[in-house]
Amino acid sequence: MIRLDAVGKTYRTRRGDLVRAVEDVTLHVQNNEFVTLVGPSGCGKSTLLKLVAGLTPATRGTITIRDEPVREPFGDVGFVFQQPVLLPWRSVLDNVLFSVEMLGLEPRQYRKPALDLLELTGLSGFETKYPRELSGGMQQRVAICRALLPDPSLLLMDEPFGALDAMTREEMSLELLRIWEERRKTILFVTHSIPEAILLADRVVVMTPRPGRVARILDVHLPRPRTIETEFDPRFKAASDEVRALIFTRRAER
Amino acid sequence: MIRRRVVGEWLVPAVTLVGALLVWEAATRVFHVPRFVMPAPSAIVVEGWDWRYRFLGHAWVTLYETLGGFALSIAVGVPLAVLIVYSPVLRSALYPLIVLAQSVPKIAIAPVLLLVLGYGAIPKVVVAFLVAFFPVVVDTATGLAATPPELLDLSRSYRASAFKTFVKVRLPMAMPFMFAGAKVAITLAVIGAVVGEFVGSDKGLGYVILSATSYWKTELAFSSMILLSLMAILLFGAVSLVERLVCPWLAPAGDE
Repeated sequence: MIRLDAVGKTYRTRRGDLVRAVEDVTLHVQNNEFVTLVGPSGCGKSTLLKLVAGLTPATRGTITIRDEPVREPFGDVGFVFQQPVLLPWRSVLDNVLFSVEMLGLEPRQYRKPALDLLELTGLSGFETKYPRELSGGMQQRVAICRALLPDPSLLLMDEPFGALDAMTREEMSLELLRIWEERRKTILFVTHSIPEAILLADRVVVMTPRPGRVARILDVHLPRPRTIETEFDPRFKAASDEVRALIFTRRAER
Repeated sequence: MIRRRVVGEWLVPAVTLVGALLVWEAATRVFHVPRFVMPAPSAIVVEGWDWRYRFLGHAWVTLYETLGGFALSIAVGVPLAVLIVYSPVLRSALYPLIVLAQSVPKIAIAPVLLLVLGYGAIPKVVVAFLVAFFPVVVDTATGLAATPPELLDLSRSYRASAFKTFVKVRLPMAMPFMFAGAKVAITLAVIGAVVGEFVGSDKGLGYVILSATSYWKTELAFSSMILLSLMAILLFGAVSLVERLVCPWLAPAGDE
């Protein structure tokens, strides 16, 4: 579905210095595949998501989605960030409806689907609350509902659970998997956490920093649906050791 | 618990104020302070009561000068802030001018303005506007620039127009900042109107203070001052009330 071929991105900073954020990234993502991008800070993971969404043009290489070259934002995408970035003046329900409003669709026709999504994420009864009345984990669920409501074929998630505490984080990962089993989508998921990357993914893209390059792409052969037990599978341990080795040996070389 | 809060928030300040007034009253009587140096609170109240009908007219004049200046500062300040935030060129062109306009002492411009604009209400409105518009521009611009970049990316990824993003995201996001600016602006506008009246007028509470002092009627000046403070407090309260109506999401959830 998504094809990145030899993609590079060079920024010019305000002082006029050139910064190579991403270099020579080639990645082909299948329809409904769950791909995680893992690596240390500064490896251009977030830049990569912005490139795929068409928010910023690639300096080199080509990006296509369903054989259409990406040159500008195309709408058929859901974004979830590290911060929920909800609108504080809108109720939970109206925050979920924000995405269809911005797409220029009729929000009234999406009320029922929005309520269904809130139910799916365990937020029934909170429709009329303001975001500040919700915990961090619940706010992030609202952000996920907002991204899912227009039913995009592509979901881009930039460390979506990075600001949550460890327990909520694990719970949310499993919940995301549950939602994904019900509503299949292509997901590109950026994270710092190696266990999270492996637990979620069909394939893990391990990246190295400055400039961000793909060190290796690992297939994760763990049965689905995955549960909390998955982490005790010896293959889970093997995969996380491999990712860890890739990240840390690279670091030692420098 | 509720009773304790009433004691802390109302009773203590009220007792302090009454106590201070009693000490003031006693001191002027015991030391035989001349009325024109420091009138007793009772004398101020009596004088104010005598003037109640005349005060009504003067207060009305100062009120509409203030509100005119305040309204103008919003009408000019908010669009100016939008231009500054959206256009880097206009930002570098306008910001120094705005700061320059702010750094000129308004009390120094007032006589010139009166010379140019005559002695009616308009120069007072203009002085009030000049004093009040700076916090409106700065706070609105700060608020508009404070939109999280993720929200702008999100809007862009949905192909929403810049105008739609402005109306649905940036402007409401800036509301708390704008109200902070408006609250400062409304109290400054009162000062601006009075400064305008000081320079040349025949009505308004500022005019009453000026003429009262030239006739050694200090108690009248004091009662006019108190009226001005009350007006400023009420106007501040009115803006706060509008803020609570427009931005209900800022109110604390439940009872702490």
